[in-house]
Parts: sequence; structure tokens; C-alpha cells
Amino acid sequence: MMVISSILMALREIIRNKMRSTLTAIGIVIGVGAVIVVVHLGDATTRQITDNIASMGQNLLIVSPGAGGRGPGGARASAPPFDTSDAKAIATQVSNVTVAPTASSMSTAIVGNKNWPTSVLGITETYFAVRDWEVGEGRAFEESELNGARPVCIIGTTTKSELFGEGDVLGQKMRLGKLTCEVVGVMAEKATSMGSDANDIVLVPLKTFQRRIAGNFDVSTMYLSASDASVMSQVESDVTRVMREQRRVKAGDQDDFNVRNMQDLMNAISSTTEDMTAFLSAIAAVSLFVGGIGIMNIMLVSVTERTREIGIRLAIGARGREVLLQFLVEAGLLATLGGLLGIALGLGGSYALCKQAGLNFAPVPGIILISFAFSAGVGVIFGFWPAWKAARMNPIEALRHE
Amino acid sequence: MSAALASEPAVPLIEMHGIKKFYGQGEARVRALDGLDLIIHEGEYVAVMGSSGSGKSTCMNILGALDVPTEGTYAFKGVDVARLDRDQLALLRRQYIGFVFQSFNLLARTSALENVELPLLYRGYSRSRRRALALEKLAMVGLADRAKHTPSELSGGQQQRVAIARALVTDPAVILADEPTGNLDSQRSREIMELLVRLNEERGISICLVTHEPDLAVYAKRVLWFQDGRMLKDGTPQEVLS
Repeated sequence: MMVISSILMALREIIRNKMRSTLTAIGIVIGVGAVIVVVHLGDATTRQITDNIASMGQNLLIVSPGAGGRGPGGARASAPPFDTSDAKAIATQVSNVTVAPTASSMSTAIVGNKNWPTSVLGITETYFAVRDWEVGEGRAFEESELNGARPVCIIGTTTKSELFGEGDVLGQKMRLGKLTCEVVGVMAEKATSMGSDANDIVLVPLKTFQRRIAGNFDVSTMYLSASDASVMSQVESDVTRVMREQRRVKAGDQDDFNVRNMQDLMNAISSTTEDMTAFLSAIAAVSLFVGGIGIMNIMLVSVTERTREIGIRLAIGARGREVLLQFLVEAGLLATLGGLLGIALGLGGSYALCKQAGLNFAPVPGIILISFAFSAGVGVIFGFWPAWKAARMNPIEALRHE
Repeated sequence: MSAALASEPAVPLIEMHGIKKFYGQGEARVRALDGLDLIIHEGEYVAVMGSSGSGKSTCMNILGALDVPTEGTYAFKGVDVARLDRDQLALLRRQYIGFVFQSFNLLARTSALENVELPLLYRGYSRSRRRALALEKLAMVGLADRAKHTPSELSGGQQQRVAIARALVTDPAVILADEPTGNLDSQRSREIMELLVRLNEERGISICLVTHEPDLAVYAKRVLWFQDGRMLKDGTPQEVLS
């Protein structure tokens, strides 16, 4: 019998039993939909993070205290902080590099009757070049302000709109704890990365931060910019060597600081998101499997229910393989239709979720094809046993079946 | 004896010798047919009679290639059926045999036309060819105007006529009808029997009918009487039923 006519026959049977077909396919719909959503969200997130990190500068190195683990965190708390001499040592002993030492804390900024919790970052004149970030309005710190620990600040666009609204800010006063400082500039707006807003920040001279906010000479993070991507690895090893000397790390001991380049960070984050995607996909695959069992269940019921029909078909000359094909096509078609619906819902859901999370949605053709093939495969594999049962029926007994 | 008077055909349609059929094993073994010899030629109209358990249904199943005998030889148009496997039996049914059942056995929620087309589907005929042949046969049984109706929208007599059209659509060598009027009133029964007679006389289709009603057996040209797995009588309705 022609495959096309069995497909048409199966389609008719599926349409004839709309309710049953829908309930059967729903497992596949959910399974495929879940896989599609998980993979697309994972993909969009990875792309977003990678773009963000790339925009931070390929030549950027971040040096922070604590043994380097994968990703942020690590044993930072237990390691002693850096101080200004560490930055000086790097600047003088390592070539082809610009150093921007920073110190940061969380603080509440107060303007008039408005409070806004924000992060305060103490910086030096090199910060803007190293982070490739410009002052948008007003001016940068002057040398006298940096050296004299003057109470001046430059704020991010978010901080500005939260505390000053649309009004003029230059020359306005702002309180950070005990310190009252004058706003001399507003940073240009920066792309928002996942979860944290880079524009919600107050920059002050490092010395101002150390003396009037922190009360110590600590430097928490040093940003380094290599002059060229080709010297990155040389700079990285030089910095490590200098820092080991500075912090008197004995030969053979582990570094009590870490030097991360953006590529490492990118790899760490994308491997995390990939692990996460794989894990969630595995869960989704389980629901596909359950969907397959559902199809087998319904097909078994269907075969029993249609014993008489199978008897008729055998009596008028259908061979076992033709009955097998009929039920196999029906199960495969049911699963494929469920898969298509799942793909459509999954893509729609991914699009909506990406839009809501501010991510760029882009279809991943590979997973769409795999989901499609997988759902059809699930139907055929789980439909086989019921179909085989149907094909093996004795026509005489099948015809007698009530 | 019409068969004897006909010009000697080379190969009979059906030729059975020493057919035995047992069901079950050992102590529980049931002897459904116990040495049956039967020859049916093309164009005959045979009624098989007998009480229930006489072996007439088993005989029909074997005749229709739905079952194979335990012992004995059965040649259909000279082909040894006992040696055929499951698929070959299916092909034999597809090619040469049309079934009509007591309970009609139409596919539910499927139009009369699609029911009649069904056997042609397995022959791989094109859609237009199936449609044309099915409509032709529906017209032959007087149901051209009911082609789009599903079985639940048809009366019992109409359903059985659809079933006959389905049996006819492949132009089979023989139609096997197992109590085709068992679920019908006497008026509808007569209509069905007259239709079968017409098909036999006008189109030369061989018919083998199982019935337990002598009123219906008289429509046949030859009557076989079964008892305890053996054929006791074989002759014209007058000879057998008197």
C-alpha cells in the first residue's frame, strides 16, 4: 500500500478522534516546547553575555585578591586586599600595560530627600581609558582633585535619573555617608549586562574613597589594559610574577590573587550556561520520553478498540506489514504533529521570554531540526509495539471481537 | 448436478480433499472438520447448511483463506493453499475473494464510498480509479445516492448492500457470505438474496453462502448439508431440503 494513502488514512483517524489525539500528543508538545525554550533562552543568554564581555575590551585583565576559581567568588574574603603600591609595582615593572586600581563599596547616596543605594567606586585617571568608558556630560577628575582627595564625583546615568531626575546635575551636591561631594560629570550610558546595571554607579577619586569613605588604603580590584591583544599572555605572566613578589607568595604556593582575562571569563560563563542548558534539556528529554510512553499507551488502547477494524482489513486482503505500517504511520504522525506544535509554541514562548528579559531572540535551526526528528522518532519507536500487535492478529478472532 | 452438466472446466475453483481441522491440544482437542471432500466450479451458487458446531463456519474460514486446514489438501484455482504463508493468504484474499458478514463489518464513521474503496487501497489503485470503481459497484447494489452516508446513517439492509459492493469491487472469483441476512428482517433478507442471485446469474460470480434458513437456501443452485464436521448431503435444494 502506498505510504501517502496510509498517511492520509492516519490523518483522517487523528482528526476523527480529536480529543484523544490532542491528549496523546500533549506530552510530546510539552517535551519539545520545553527543549526549544530552554535551548533558545540559553543561546540568547550566552550571546548576550559574550557580547557584553567582548564590549568590555578584549585587552582587559582583571586582578583581584583571592585564589582564582572558575567564575566570580572564590576565596577572596580570606586573602589580604591590594594596596596602591601593588598598582605602582605593576605600572613600573610590567611593560605594555596601563593599570587602573579601584576600591569599591555599597553606599546610600542622598540628595535632598531622595535616597538611592548604589555602588561607589574609587578610581584613578587611568580608569576611563582602561575600561574604555567616557564621561558623557561635564568633565573627568582633575589631577589636583585626584591627588588632593577632593570631594568630587562623577555619576552614572541611572544614578542621575534616580536622584536628580531630568534636572541639571553639574555642580549639585550629593551625600555619600559622611562625605558630601560635588557632581562634576555624568558618565556616558553603557549597555546593561544581565542583572547588574553598570550605569548605577558613583565614581570618586581613589584617594577620596580611601581616606573619606573606607578609612584605609586598600585597593580591591585592579583593571589592566594591555597595549595590544598579542601581548596579553606576556602581560598576564608578568603581572602574576610581580604580584607574587609583592605579596611574598612562596615558590610552589598557590597564588592568593587571580588574574582573569575576558576570554577566561567568557569561557567560564559560557561553559556554565552550556552546562545549565544541557541539564535542563535532559529534564525536557525525560518529558519527551514520558510523552512517548503516552503515545504507546493510547496506541495500545486504540489497537484493542479497533480489533474489529483490523480483522476487516485483514479479511479484505491487507497484509500484516500493511496493518503495521498503518498504525506506525498513525503513531509517527501523531508525534510529529505534536512535535510541530511544540516547536511553534516553544519558538513563540522563547520569543516572548527573550523580549521580556531584554535578550536578542534568534532561532537555532539545529535544535529545531533535532526536535522534529526526535518527536517523529519517538512516535515510531513507541508506536512499534502496538502496531506489531495489530499486525500479528488472527483475522478470524479479530472479526469475532466485540 | 449442474457442475457435471457444464462443459468440463480444466481446473475447479475450489478443490478440497480429506480436509481435517482440529482446534486445541491433547484432551481438549476439538475436531471441527473431519475429512471433507468438496469441489466447487466457477459460476456456482452454493448454500452451506447445518446446525451450529457442524463445521460450516470452519469450512468457510478455510475456503476464504482466513485459516489453513490441519490435514488434507485445498487447491484454489489449482494453487495449494495449505502451503501459503500469512502474507500469501492475504494476497489470495485480496485478489480472488470477497467477504460478506452477518454483522456487515463496515468501518464506522467512514462513508459508504470509502468503505467500498478500502480493498482497492490495498491494491494500490489511484484515487480516481478507486472512486470510479466504488461508485460503479454502489450503483450496482442500488446505493449510488448514499455514497456519502456513514454506516450509522444507513439501514441494516443498506449497510449489507454496501458490504456486498465492497466484496464486489475487486471483481473477485468468489463471494463468501456468512449468514448475510442474519441481522435483517425477512423483506430485507429477500432483497439481499435476490441481489446475490442477480450477481450470480448476470455476472457469473461464484457465491458460497452459509445459512441456517431453508427459505434462503432455496435461492442457491446447490446445497451442502454439514453435520459433525462432515458433509452429509450435496445436491439441489429440492434434493437436500426435502
